[in-house]
Amino acid sequence: MTASAFTAVPVSAPHAHITAGISRVMLWVMAALAPATLYGFWLFGWPAIHLWFITVLATLLGEGFCLRLAGRKALPILFDGSALLTGWLLAMSLPPWAPWWVGVFGGIFASVFGKQIFGGLGQNPFNPAMVARVALLISFPVPMTLWVAPLPITAAAAPGFIDGLHITLNGFANMDAIASASVLGYAKTELTRGIDLLHSLAAQVAPHGSATGYRQGSLGETSAMLLALGGFVLLGLRIITWHIPAAMLAGIAIPALILHQVDPARYLDAGTHVLCGAAILGAFFIATDYVTSPNTPAGQIVFGLGVGLLTYIIRTWGGYPEGVAFAILLMNTLTPVIDRLIKPRIYGRNRRGVALEPDRVK
Amino acid sequence: MRLLNFFRGETFARGVHPPQHKETAELPIRRLPFAPRLIVPLSQHVGRPARPLVQVGQEVVRGEPIAAAEGFISVPHHAPASGVIEAIRLHPTADGLWAESIIIRVHAASSQEVLWSRPRDLTQLDAEGLIHAVQDTGIVGLGGGVFPTHAKLRVPKQTVIDTLVVNGCECEPYLTSDYRIMVEHADDLVAGVRIARQLLGGPRAIIGVEDNKPAAVAAIKSLLPDDGSIRVEAVPTKYPQGAGEMLIKTLTGREVPPDSRSYQVGAYVQNVATLAGMGRLMPRGEGFIERVITVVGTAVERPGNYLVPLGTPLRFLLDYVGARDESIEVIFGGPMMGQAIASLDAPIIKGVAGILVFRGRDLPTQQTRKTYPCIKCGECIESCPMGLNPSTLGMLAVKREYESMADRYRLGACFECGSCTYVCPANIPLVQHFRIAKSVLRGRAS
Repeated sequence: MTASAFTAVPVSAPHAHITAGISRVMLWVMAALAPATLYGFWLFGWPAIHLWFITVLATLLGEGFCLRLAGRKALPILFDGSALLTGWLLAMSLPPWAPWWVGVFGGIFASVFGKQIFGGLGQNPFNPAMVARVALLISFPVPMTLWVAPLPITAAAAPGFIDGLHITLNGFANMDAIASASVLGYAKTELTRGIDLLHSLAAQVAPHGSATGYRQGSLGETSAMLLALGGFVLLGLRIITWHIPAAMLAGIAIPALILHQVDPARYLDAGTHVLCGAAILGAFFIATDYVTSPNTPAGQIVFGLGVGLLTYIIRTWGGYPEGVAFAILLMNTLTPVIDRLIKPRIYGRNRRGVALEPDRVK
Repeated sequence: MRLLNFFRGETFARGVHPPQHKETAELPIRRLPFAPRLIVPLSQHVGRPARPLVQVGQEVVRGEPIAAAEGFISVPHHAPASGVIEAIRLHPTADGLWAESIIIRVHAASSQEVLWSRPRDLTQLDAEGLIHAVQDTGIVGLGGGVFPTHAKLRVPKQTVIDTLVVNGCECEPYLTSDYRIMVEHADDLVAGVRIARQLLGGPRAIIGVEDNKPAAVAAIKSLLPDDGSIRVEAVPTKYPQGAGEMLIKTLTGREVPPDSRSYQVGAYVQNVATLAGMGRLMPRGEGFIERVITVVGTAVERPGNYLVPLGTPLRFLLDYVGARDESIEVIFGGPMMGQAIASLDAPIIKGVAGILVFRGRDLPTQQTRKTYPCIKCGECIESCPMGLNPSTLGMLAVKREYESMADRYRLGACFECGSCTYVCPANIPLVQHFRIAKSVLRGRAS
């Protein structure tokens, strides 16, 4: 052996590294989202598939555009998977038969104003998908609240590929005929009309409808079961921890349990609250976003509880039937504060950072 | 397991679980033959370099002192083999610097027998005599700290040491030299623990061994006295369990405050190889001339635990174990904290517990992997045994806000275990940033 054989540059410890990288994390999250997404495709047919593609493409386009504008190479960064995931999550939260421009506006808004404007991956204070969803909801309330009844792709009446494209591009002429409210929206409307829940819900949904997901709702939010399955996969792979999902669902369920006991005619039960709307999707896939959530377990519990409670408050007393997106954005603003206040105790110091006295630690 | 430890509360917080790779664990210690030339640097330890006692051309026998300690924080060196002093000159070392070294041309017929010794009856020595007997062996902290052991054993007066923490964790992946010493030389270890207890005023001794080494626990247990003065305890296998502060926390529940030493909380930590060396050498009055080193890695044909004469050139050792690949990376120590070495001419010195030899492509280094921006996943915070925030420290380092790192985020507490860098999915070279920050801060302070 000669000295010249020693080609590698001397490097610095550690000389070991976990195999997980960011792209791998993103890929697993997408894999975990896939079952619920495919179910949504089946449930709402070709228009939903078209909308999903349009939204994802628009998100990637917005990201690539900004990267070029910043003078960076777009392709390698687009392949890190984060923009694809953002677009995917946004598409999951859209009404399945929404027109094409909803997806385009949302996708571009998510990557440009949700993420790249702050400096790209890791820099955004708010969850980009939720920023876009809220922007859409406030700007275009009508198409964002038109929910089609389930019409499985296998059903005879379901639109085919071309008809589906037609619906996505030109809108569905007779939307009102097939549209109906989501469970949460329906309950809220009926309550404001003075009809209590005991009567309004009696005819609405079969109780098992929520868990399997055969009901109206956003593209990928209806099947609580498949979403939870994906969530458990992420938990099993340690890509996410239990803290945020558990705390968020508890934050929704605990007040729902109590108030439903107090007055079942005015307050929905905990099961409906947890299984309907974006609760499960939000708890496992959106609130757990690394960038915008606190990074200590205790901080994550505070964050999750906050998201859950705010969701419940907005759903129950707010103007909107669904509040997950708002709740997540509100708690995103608190994330830096939570991280500042809740951090690990440093070895040899007390919680306030003051060095322990040697004789006292004995 | 993690949850169980949480409820038992018997270990330090956080940490990581890298794959252990203890492939050489069941390979018994084997002797490495003498290289034709041995290179003994005068400084293999913390403190002042030793002073040569020999002249060029002088004959030395195996075990004979060839350099004397220069003051108290210094140790002597002994001839690892019989031969002729060829030169005393600068020679490359592992970190790339050249250092004054004694070069011995080994006699072809040099035997393994140690030909020089000054046996002593240790029971007749007082504390100061014992400390000098330790110094005479030339032994230093063999876990990698290389602080002269005798100097560490002289704790300030009035200090009460109630626990001698014996570090048998060997938490670094790949390394098995301490394990082999515990299994094959448990008697030396127990003898060394007795000497250290005698010196420290008779504290209880707890030998902490990670629970992935039951054979070591059993071997030691069979030799322990019945009075309970020395115990062996299996501790959770978790990196960096073998860091002194962490093992103190695990075994005693105490934490060493910043800017304090472990004796201030009544604990004294020493590594098993060091104590076994003391236990073996002191009664015989011999010097420390060889040590057990794990040699392993993807480029090694014959991995194992070798008893290596100090001063053996790395190149000789690599040839012997069959590491002949074209592009290799050689690391002194373990993969988490080890040092990539700069020259194959470097000699093996006292602080080297393991030598990893990888083909360059087998190492997941920063160079070969893409670095992403921090996504604030918090993995590093969940891995830091000191409770620091490596993510924020890393961002401050990029902005060169070194003062803020030290003052507000306690950079000084970081002992560079590498856990944060190991887990980072964005592959950010956090520890490297911290090392730079620390050296800049040191530069500004002086």
